[in-house]
Formats: sequence, C-alpha cells, structure tokens
Amino acid sequence: MPRPDPDDVELELFVRALQLRHGYDFSGYARASLKRRVQSVAMASQCKTIGELTAKLIREDARLPSVIAGLSVPVSEMFRNPSVFKALVAEVFPVLASYPHINIWQAGCARGEEIYTLAILLEEAGLYERAQIYATDFNDSALALAQEGIFPVAEARTWSENYLAAGGQHSLSDYWHARYEHLKLDEKLKRNITFANHNLVADGVFCEAHLILCRNVLIYFTNPLQDRVLGLFRDSLVRGGYLMLGNKESLSFAPNAGEFTVLNARARIYRLGLPQP
Amino acid sequence: MTSAGRSTAVVIGCSTGGLHALSTILAALRPDLAVPVIAVCHRGQDDDGTLLVELLAQHSRLPVCEAEERRLAAPGIIHLAPSGYHLLLETDGRFMLSTDPRVRYVRPAVDVLFQSAADVHREGLLAAVLTGANDDGADGLLAVRRHGGYALVQDPEEAEAPQMPLAALKRAGADAVISLAGIARTINERCP
Repeated sequence: MPRPDPDDVELELFVRALQLRHGYDFSGYARASLKRRVQSVAMASQCKTIGELTAKLIREDARLPSVIAGLSVPVSEMFRNPSVFKALVAEVFPVLASYPHINIWQAGCARGEEIYTLAILLEEAGLYERAQIYATDFNDSALALAQEGIFPVAEARTWSENYLAAGGQHSLSDYWHARYEHLKLDEKLKRNITFANHNLVADGVFCEAHLILCRNVLIYFTNPLQDRVLGLFRDSLVRGGYLMLGNKESLSFAPNAGEFTVLNARARIYRLGLPQP
Repeated sequence: MTSAGRSTAVVIGCSTGGLHALSTILAALRPDLAVPVIAVCHRGQDDDGTLLVELLAQHSRLPVCEAEERRLAAPGIIHLAPSGYHLLLETDGRFMLSTDPRVRYVRPAVDVLFQSAADVHREGLLAAVLTGANDDGADGLLAVRRHGGYALVQDPEEAEAPQMPLAALKRAGADAVISLAGIARTINERCP
C-alpha cells in the first residue's frame, strides 16, 4: 500500500475534529467531494492547508458557521430539470389530491430554490391550501436565506424558461417582485412552509409525509449513510408515500431501496411499498 | 505501485470540437484495453446524455456508457460524465457526482475529474487535454503531473479550438504534445 497523501490525512483529522469539538458528523460523506469543499473553505479562510483550518476550527468557535455553510448543499435553480417536475405534477399530484391534508418534506432545502418551485406547482394545481410543507437543512444561514426568498435577478430568464418547460400555467414573473439586482418571491408562497433545522446525519423522524423531495443531497453520502437516510425516509413516509431524488442518483447499493417501487425511473420518483398486484 | 510506463486509468477532457476529437481517439483504441477510460466533454445542461453516448458508441470499439454514481470505473469501458454534474473518482475506484458550483464556468469540469482521479491513481493516471475554447483542464493537468501521472496535450495546431490545449500547456506542461492519433497510440501502448 502506498503511504496516504498528507491532504487525505488532514481531511480525516478535520472530520474527527469537527465531530469531537463541535458535534457535527461528516464521517459518512464521500471523501472526494468533501475534500474539494473543505479545501475551498480552507482557501476562503486564508488557510494554506486543511490542517491549518482544523487547528483554527478547534480553537475559534466563531469560525464554525462559515465552515458549516461551506460544507453544505450548494445553490440550486428553480425548476431545475423541468421534465421531472412535469412528471411530478402529472404522476404524483393526482394521488396527493385525494388526501384531505398533504404533508411534504424537502430534505436539504439549501437556499430554497426548489421549495418555491414546489410551492408554485402546488398553487397552480390547487393543492397548496391543503399542504403543509417542511423545508429543512442543517445549515442555518442557508435556511435564513431560503426563508427570505430573495434570488439574484441574473437567474430570472433561465428560471422562467424552466418554469414554462415544466408546464407552468402563467408567467414565473407573476410570483416575484424585481428589486434592483434581486427578485423577491411573493410572501404568499411561504404561508404553508415551515423552515426548520434538521440534520439528515443526526436527526430522526419528525413528520408523516406524503411526499419527500431530496434531490442531489444523497449524492454526497457514502453507501452506508445513503442507506441509513433512505431508511429515515421510509420511516417518515405514509404507506404509498412518494420519494423524489435527483436525476442521476442511484439506489443500486442501498438495501433499503427494496422497500420502494420505482414509479418513474427517469424522474427518480419512487413509491413506498410493493407494486399493486 | 505501478510499474514504470504503465497506466492504470485514462482521463480525457474536451470541449468545443470534443465530439469529433473523442470519436477519433475512441475509434483507434485497442478493443482489449485493460483500464477504465473516463471522459468529460462539455455540453448543454438539459442534454440528458444519451445522445452523446450514442454518437460516440458508433465510433468506439469499446462499450460507451454514462458514468453512474457509486459504480466502479470498470476496465475496457468508456465512461462519460453526465451533464450537469461534476464527476469524481473515490479512492475505492467508484464514481461519485456533485452539483457543487461550476468550476471555470462549467459543470462537469475537467479539472474536478482530473484532480480526483489524480488523487486515486497518482502515477498510474494518464490524462489527455483535447480541443476546447476555455481554460478548464489546466489545473487538473497540473494535479495529474504533481502526482506523477502522465500528461498528454493535443497539438494546438491540430485542435479545432486551441485554447484549452494552450492553457493546459502554459499551466502544467505535458509529457507529450501530439496529434489525436498519437494520443490513441500512447494510450494503447501504456495500457496493455
């Protein structure tokens, strides 16, 4: 065996220090992508190596929020991959419509692009009033941004096109107010959304959901952690509840996937329970 | 450890003009190639990837498929990075994806693949930067060389878009600056 690279050793010590000193467990994160993130946090903190960052993180508690922010799920887009949202509306919403009350959980909402995507789709389908939406993330600063619902105006055009491609019935601009370089989403879209801190690595079941959205979050987890979180989703879903993952996610190595049925493979929509006989 | 002159994996990065360049190389690879070939080719974000796979498969004697997260980078197969995601290699030789921000304005970025593959294969990595109209791949190639890997750059005079090869040469240098035919030949020789 070749000797491990110094950067890799420092990465393991960083993970250990973050857990010992601050209680955040990143041991189940896939190392290649985690390494990139930790390196970029180190660079932004004027540290030449991950080791330098670790030393500071142990002694200076004030650094923790920016480190956590740098290690969490990144920016997304509204209506990213429009065709999958079209599938969600066509194949899942009609069943959701049969419930008098609908619970939806978006796990890893980051800055909220997708939770507002969902809110708009529910609104246009006439389901919003019946919905209780939980948007969770372990990164408090991302949650605060998500709650504000303010996005850079530079994205407006792409998002508007995505919205129409996803089957949007109006114009996306009906849902926001432009303010200088930013867009502020309509406050009304938030009336049934609860933003809350929840860490998939450490926290448990908190609701009985009809739909869980978790796109491009599990891709950062090792197989054992991916499977554990899938188990958490199973325990959080009603029988026949829906799970939607990111476009390129694979459950081939997750034993808990056996409890889900594929509803739409391309859109990565799954349903808890066995297929109808 | 790898024996001198032997490579254990091949990574290729290309952008503008990449489809043609990649086809040319794939058509010339030996059908019994014993290492994985992993390629990043920049393209539009909403492309679901099947088109590029199909086009390249027409020219390749080796099977072409989109890299799937958590699966092994298998020998004798051409793996393409899915559109919209960075493609990374884990130390156990399996693929992982990320939706982290674009690097050099692109995702997938050649830099991200090259850097993670260099961490895993070190001196066993053979990397090639082909035609392209941006600077992606230059930092990646530097990482490959720092880990002792073998670096090839397509001759900028031959490249449909010379900027990417030129940027890679300026930033990292190369073990050889050669034609597409030369790149294919080198891969065949180093990956028996």
